[in-house]
This record gives sequence, C-alpha cells and structure tokens, in this order.
Amino acid sequence: MSQQAVNGVSCRGKVLTVENMNPNVKRVEYAVRGPIVQRAVQIEKELREGVKKPFTEVIKANIGDAQAMGQRPITFFRQVLALCSYPELLEDNKFPEDAKKRARRILDACGGHSIGAYSASQGIECIRQDVARYIERRDGGVPSNPDNIFLSTGASDAIVTILKLLVCGEGRDRTGVMISIPQYPLYSAALADLAAVQINYYLDEDNCWSLNVAELKRALNEAKQHCKPRVLCIINPGNPTGQVQSRQCIEDVIRFAKEEHLFLMADEVYQDNVYAEGCKFHSFKKVLFEMGPEYSSTVEMASFHSTSKCYMGECGFRGGYMEVINMDPEVKAQLTKLVSVRLCPPVPGQALLDLVVNPLQPDEPSYTSFAKERTAVLAALAEKARLTEEIFNTVPGITCNPVQGAMYTFPRITLPQKAIDKAKAEGKVPDMFYCMKLLEEEGICLVPGSGFGQKDGTFHFRMTILPPTEKLKVVLQKIRDFHLRFTN
Amino acid sequence: MGASSTSERLTTALQEISSNVRNMKQMEYFVLCRRTNQIKEELRQGVRKSYREVIDVSWGDPHRAGVKPLSFVRQVLAACLYPQLMDGDKLMGDVKERAQRLLRTCAGGSVGSYSDIAGIPQIVQSVSEYIVRRDGGVPCHPKNIYITPGSQWALTNILKVLVNSEASPRTGVLIPVPCHSTTIISLTALGAVAVPYYLREERSWALEVEELQRALESAKGVCNPVALYIINPGNPAGYVQSRKCMQEVIRFAAEKKLFLLADEVYQDCVYGKESEFVSYKRVLAEIGAPLSDTVELASFHTASKGLMGECGLRAGYVELVNLDPAVMKYIHKLFSTNTCPVLGQIALDVMVNPPQPGDPSYPLYLKETQHIRASLAENVRRVEEVINSIPSFSCQSLEGGAFAFPRVFLQPKAIERAKEAGLQPDTFYCMRLLEEAGVLFSPGTEYGQKEGTYHIRFCIMTPTDTMEEILKRLSTFHKQFMKEFS
Repeated sequence: MSQQAVNGVSCRGKVLTVENMNPNVKRVEYAVRGPIVQRAVQIEKELREGVKKPFTEVIKANIGDAQAMGQRPITFFRQVLALCSYPELLEDNKFPEDAKKRARRILDACGGHSIGAYSASQGIECIRQDVARYIERRDGGVPSNPDNIFLSTGASDAIVTILKLLVCGEGRDRTGVMISIPQYPLYSAALADLAAVQINYYLDEDNCWSLNVAELKRALNEAKQHCKPRVLCIINPGNPTGQVQSRQCIEDVIRFAKEEHLFLMADEVYQDNVYAEGCKFHSFKKVLFEMGPEYSSTVEMASFHSTSKCYMGECGFRGGYMEVINMDPEVKAQLTKLVSVRLCPPVPGQALLDLVVNPLQPDEPSYTSFAKERTAVLAALAEKARLTEEIFNTVPGITCNPVQGAMYTFPRITLPQKAIDKAKAEGKVPDMFYCMKLLEEEGICLVPGSGFGQKDGTFHFRMTILPPTEKLKVVLQKIRDFHLRFTN
Repeated sequence: MGASSTSERLTTALQEISSNVRNMKQMEYFVLCRRTNQIKEELRQGVRKSYREVIDVSWGDPHRAGVKPLSFVRQVLAACLYPQLMDGDKLMGDVKERAQRLLRTCAGGSVGSYSDIAGIPQIVQSVSEYIVRRDGGVPCHPKNIYITPGSQWALTNILKVLVNSEASPRTGVLIPVPCHSTTIISLTALGAVAVPYYLREERSWALEVEELQRALESAKGVCNPVALYIINPGNPAGYVQSRKCMQEVIRFAAEKKLFLLADEVYQDCVYGKESEFVSYKRVLAEIGAPLSDTVELASFHTASKGLMGECGLRAGYVELVNLDPAVMKYIHKLFSTNTCPVLGQIALDVMVNPPQPGDPSYPLYLKETQHIRASLAENVRRVEEVINSIPSFSCQSLEGGAFAFPRVFLQPKAIERAKEAGLQPDTFYCMRLLEEAGVLFSPGTEYGQKEGTYHIRFCIMTPTDTMEEILKRLSTFHKQFMKEFS
C-alpha cells in the first residue's frame, strides 16, 4: 500500500465522497470535543516535545470529566468492580464482606458468572429491579416498574435511542424537538443526525436561566408552521447553565407538555449535583405523579440518569439508564426491538449503576468511609461552584449566574467591538476567537458559548468547576487577568 | 394508558414513530428468549422436566456457555480498577507493569475518565502495531483506527455515513445469505435496502462472484448499491474465505465501485485444517496498485470473540483504509459523541498485546489459551461427527467462527405444524428443542437462508463436556421429533 494511501491523501474517483455521503452526518457538530479541544491536544503534544509556552500544562476545563481533573473514585465501588472482574479476589481477606456480597450478587446475575458475557439488551434484570426501587425511594414511593427501565451505554445512548424512535414524518410533518438554548450539544448533534427539526426555546439569563412557559409557547407556535412539534427536552439540573428548576417550573412544563401533546425528555444526570441554598432537585416523575391522575396517567415521558456525573464521576464506564412513563405498549415493544441492535450496555457500567442505586446502608461495614467520600466530593463541588460565581462576578465584563447545580459555569462575557470585528475578519465566531486566544496564552481550554447556543449578540463560555480547588483558584485568576487584557 | 377512542390520542401511537424502526424485523430470538425465561423460572420453582438447566448457546457468547475468562486480562482489569491491589505480591510483575502503564494513559490516572474520541492513543497505537504484525508488515496508520463500544456500533455508524436516507433510489448494501442478524436489522433502521447474495452451501458456503454479479443486477431499479458487506470468518456459517476468493471480491468491489465492509471479528477463531485467516487489508495490499490505493475498505474487529470472549465489556474497532480525508473529518465528528468504555479498551490492549514467552504470566496464559483452542478443536470434531451421523441433518465442514450452522431437513408435517403455531419451521424446531431438551439454539430464519431450506445455529465455543451434553440432548430430541412428524 503506497505511502499516499496510508496517509489518506485524496485519490481520484472515491466511492464515498463528501457529495454522496449521508448529508445528515455533515450537520453533526459536538462542540464539547470540537476544534478547540483538538487545538488543546496539539498544544499538549507540543509541550511534551519541549516547545516553550507561557504555561506548563493545558487545563482541560471543557468536558464534565471529574476524575480527569483529579476527583477520586469511590473506593467501595472500585472494590466491588475489581471483585467482579477477577472473582478469585473473593478469597482475599483484604476486601470487606459487604463488597464481596454485592459482587457475588452481580456475578450471579451474569451469564456464566462473568461480566464478559452479554446481558439482555434491556439490561440485567435484577439491576433494573434495583433501579426501579431506587426511583421509588427517591420519589417518595411513586411506583416504578422495572419493565420501564432500559439500561444504556451512558445516558447519551438512551437519549439518542428515544429520539431515533420518535423522529418521523416528511416535510412539514417532520418531528420537531424542543431544546433549551443554551443546550448540551449532544441533543443538537442527534437532531442533525436524524434530520429532526430543532426548535429552540430560550432560557432566561436575567433570571438565573429559568424556563418560562411563555417562551415555550412562543417557540412552539412558531415551529408549528414548519414542522410537527412532538418532543420537549429539558435538562435539570442544567447543562451548561447549572440552574436547578423550581418545582413550580416543573409543574408548568408538565402542564404545557400535556396541553400540547409533547413527549417529555427529562435529562436528570446531575440530580445529585445541587449546591445552592434553597435549591432542590425535583424529579419530573415525582412532580408528575403529585399532579394527580389527569397528568400522571397521560403525560408521556422518559427520564435519564448516568454514572458519569453526581458524586461518582465514572464517565469511562458508560453506565446509565432511562425510565419510560406512559408509553403505549406497542411503542415500547418497538423500543425494545431498537435497543436490541446494539446488543447490550457494557456490563461493568451496569454493575456500577447497581452500586449507585443500591447504596450502602449505615449498618454496613464500609458505610462510614463511603459516606465520607461521597460527602467530600459533593462538598468540594459546592465550594467550587460558590468560588467560581464569586470570582467571575468581580471581573468587569464577566457576569456569572449562580452555579446552582451540575458541574459548569456559563458566564456571559462582554467583548469590545474591535475584538468582535477582528474575530469576524479571521472568519471566527467571536467567543471561539476569545477562547482560542485564552488557550494559546494561558493553556486553559474552555468551550465557547456558540457551541451551546445563545441569544444573538451575546457571548459566553462554558467552564467546568472540576479542577481541584487550588488549581481552580489559579484558573479563575488567569481568566480574570486574560479578560482584562483582552478587553483593553 | 392513552385514550384511543375517537378523541385525540394522548400518547404516541405506533404510526407516530419512525417508520425505519417499525420496519425493523422482530428477531426470532425474542419469542425463544421469553419462553427460556419462563422455563428457567419453572425450573427454579421445582417443575419437573427432563433436564435440570437450560443450556443457552444461541449467542456467540463463550462466557455464558461456560468458557472461563483469561486470567491475565482480568487481573489487569482488577488492578486498573483498584490500584491498591498492586501493593504487595498478589499480582505478577507483568500484570502490574501493564496496569500501571495503562493507568498512565488514562486522564487523571483513572479508568473512570472519558477517553479520546478514537480511543486512548497508546491503545490505538498498540492496535495499529498488531495490525501491522498480523498483516506481515503492511503499514497501518493509527489515524485510521477508531475504538468503539463494540464492533456493531462501528459498523452501524460507518453504514450511517454511507446510507443517504434522503436519496432516491435508496442506498443499498450487499449482504450475504446467511448473515448475522443485527447487521440486517441495522440496515433497516437506517432506511437502507439489503441486497442479498447467496453463499453456496454445498460448496462450504463459498462466495461466488457470479452470485455477487447477480445480486447487483437484481438491485437495478430497486436501490443504489454502495457497499459490499463480507463476514470472514463467517457467521452463522463457519467458513473461512480463501485468498483467491478474497481477491475476486476485491476486484469486484473495485470494478463495481462498492465500498468494502469486512467484518472480521472471528479472525482469531480459525481451526479448519486447510484454513488460514488473511485480512482483506492484506490481500488488498498484495494485489498492489492501483487497487491497493483506491479500494475503500472498513474492517472490523472486537474483544468479544476469539479467545478472550469479553462480549460484555463492549470494545471493538474499525480500521478505515483509503477513505477520502474530507469524509474522515466527518466520521471523526460522528464518532465523538460516544466513546468506548475504558475497561473494554484495556481488554483490547491485552488482546492485541498478550503475554509473551518469558513474561511471568505467560505460562498460565499459554495453558488457558491452549485449553480453549483444544476444547474448540474437540468440539468441532464432535459436532461434525455427531451432526453428520444424524439423518436429516447435514453440516458443512467447520473452518472458523464460533458457530455450527447445520441444515435440518424438516418433514412436511412438521412444517405444517409450525405454520399452525404461527412460527417459522426452524423457529418451531428450536422452540421444541428448548421445551423438551432444555437447549437454546437459534433458527436459520434469523440469518436468512435459501427458500425452502432450514438451519439451526449454535455456539461451539463451550467447555467440551457442555458440548457433549448438548449433542446428547440434540440427538435424543431429534430422533423423537422426526418420529413424531413422520
């Protein structure tokens, strides 16, 4: 094979070209791992090769990856998973009994007692049962049926699967999906891939990124003219905005969904990440059921959770689930068929999920250290959330809403006109121009707000609050200094 | 749950979901699986049957069938998950060294962090070096490799790039008959048209170019074929293609401007005495320019099969050869939204870089892998012996892959009874086999077969005593079944 072919240099007469490939794939963008991250990786390479820069490391505050930023995994979880991976360790007295008990239970549910066997495509049955019980406990007794639980490869897999199921129709009947602006770009990527119609509803920056129904109505009515709106997506706690919706707001959304016959997709992966005083996570399902049978027996919903966030931060396991509510049994049968094509979710991720939904009880030997670790992680995040908001709001030209929950801050930045002009002259979106410059000068990698959507004429960036506290302080300072330089 | 009277429906109805999803064929497996779960429950409750447990060999899942995981990979996984294990002498030096090396490649030194889009770069590098060794030195560029959550995920997403669902006529993909079921269903889900080409059962499931030609002709006016999907070694049929056959396939693909999709996940499962696995990439390179520089190829491999059998870890990869760089940019974006689980990537690293002679773990690794290979060889021998001795069964020689796919000659009465039960004849056979013998196979209908022929598929990567038990139960059942419908 010639060097040309190995290097992938273009040759004439390709079968698969940009012209004839799936046009939907061309529209897929995922800013969280987009061009700025590619440049960050390149810079890291240059640093390793000894190139001199004004910084010694790149701080990747672009992706919600807690352990990449130094957060430690929960010891108990890792013990159980190690036992599941190499069951000979069950004979090792260095492992606590409560870890062994859980490992044995998980292995008993695996084919051939191995995490290497395929599981049922909907997920291991006893784990789905445990998830259902977790949901019931969380929601104060509202019943959950394990048959409505679908384990998945991270929440992303489940989100994409539901969209695949629901997106249909041609032309003006094409399914419209309402997503918040700003949004987590997995949604826009999936909608582009599926050629669904994206319907943007704007969160209210001046009111802590809250959602209001008048805006939902506006967006919906406008969309009705060119598509068939059928789905409403909401992320709570929010990404990138970090807002935790009030109970009233959730009720309003449910009412709206019922009136307009919308399928609700409630992305709740940050449900344990709530920091602000006075804020509380209300699960959509719980609120739905508390609104009475008129709603609880009619509003269709899917809610999503994951092992990647909260206090676990185990992104690399790709564990997650969705619960579907009030789905027509025939449609659910189609969903079951659809998930079977990807065979099964990773079994270690399923095992991890089981540990998350089945936490240690106070009378178990490992409980004390487990609780301590969990509290420490959540407390550190809360402190970092507070610190971030505090410091950013001291910078003229940066306005930061309180980070009520999740793992990110999405501050608004005021850019001088000459910077905007310079960006445009270079063919860059202004906040990308800003972020790229920050990366080159300070080695800090953020994601420009344009990757998430924002009101026209406004600029933002998303930064994770995940670096260790001392490092975070340095990062915040550097961004402050950079911003002052940039806006002068 | 959702009023469906003359008033407006409140919940999503069947007509309101994606037609591609609706059109996906329901696998035969569902009805068999449901009954299997019921039987398992009945057994648990003490219902008397002629068997004490159900033997499930319906999937290519060695661990489920009782094959033990390889110790080295599991020790490395455990050490990566819980690094405290590496204190002290419990684990061998090479286990620790591998775990430490791999943890250094993970962000934050933890398997809990996200990996890079195409996979952990050092592991991608290991995979590319493996490919070069495997292919006798044919160069492999790491940039052309994507590690994914299973090879099916990679295949589905490459198909997604190829299938233009808005095009008219629709995109077509040539697929073998028989073909493994998830690929067929993926095509439907993407809105593509499957264009079947029949493998020649009587000639050990040979792929004949004339048949490819016929299939291509049949697509005229129906769809626009853009790709040719090949499975080698085969699934469900246990063939291993000859070099000559592969050269013909490549020339055909080049001539007809087809993108070659080579599903090579069983490349480590070759046991036929005359058989040898050669990769499509290698054969392509050997053919030389201009074909070697132009034929576009995607080849797929996985940690799920072979000696490791780690299906549940979900790790596979695709190597893309001769693709347009502009298209590669879009593929990169597409693959960025879901990365491969880190534990699966670690297993892949061990697969492409197993313990070597001289390593402390090598003796055990050798013992375990030799045992698996010997068991497989014995199973192959016994399956061919037993199946070919049963009248109304015939089996092509097993050369590679994880399955036997014998043809079963069903009597007209049995076929009739199947129809009455609303089942395909071979599904009916499998259902009865499950019911009466406690053995779960999968029916040929699942994979496609020549009209009027029936087959059953079962996994042969099992412990040898399990296979003996399976063959015993099958023989007994079959005699009774034939008698019943004579």
